[in-house]
Amino acid sequence: MIKVQEQDFDVGAELAALTRGRTDVGAVASFIGLVRDVAGPGALSAMTLEHYPGMTERQLAQLEAQALDRWPLDRVLIIHRFGRLQPGQQIVLCAATSAHREAAFEACAFLMDWLKTKAPFWKLEEVGDEAHWVAARQDDEDAAARWQTDRSETRENES
Amino acid sequence: MKLLYFSWIRDRIGMGEETVQPPDDVATVGQLVAWLARQSGGHAEAFADPAIVCCAVNQEFAKMEEAVGANDEVAFFPPVTGG
Repeated sequence: MIKVQEQDFDVGAELAALTRGRTDVGAVASFIGLVRDVAGPGALSAMTLEHYPGMTERQLAQLEAQALDRWPLDRVLIIHRFGRLQPGQQIVLCAATSAHREAAFEACAFLMDWLKTKAPFWKLEEVGDEAHWVAARQDDEDAAARWQTDRSETRENES
Repeated sequence: MKLLYFSWIRDRIGMGEETVQPPDDVATVGQLVAWLARQSGGHAEAFADPAIVCCAVNQEFAKMEEAVGANDEVAFFPPVTGG
């Protein structure tokens, strides 16, 4: 499931909804991304996330489909916010559920790595009176690239 | 052709979208970038270094060789920074 929204999300409620009524799901892995004050305490006043409506949903849906295709998952959830956020606030939630932990952990890492390089979002940081666009990072590209070569099969072991 | 601009590309051009009718010899993304760069000082500044400009045609990432036509939605933006 994909949600692109301005409002905040309740992690507990979102994760509980993924497995409600189910007894065959042994693993829920999740990642929550927060606005980090990169310039030191109190320096970053806000960060505005801009996105490309339409393409964002399209890219995230493709990402979800790839994860479901690649790992034995039950469900995938990606929530990504846009708009003006304060340091400490939630930006993104990725979650994957599966019978066993390995698939859920790996899928979650894959989703975040690919989201960083494929989802059309841009960050404008406000530090003092200055605003600047955050540049893309090479290590994010490198992290995403590992999923193109690492095709090892997920083992079906205990949770 | 509908064009969309995001992030600092939009800031430099001074608008988020526009509709353009490039000449017939503009058939690819790369040719469109070269043509757009001649349209105004802001466009020239935005496309000064095409190597750091990303493109999407009809909401899918596109390379400079990709074909573009009159009915396409073409977006230009810097490398993405989601998550």
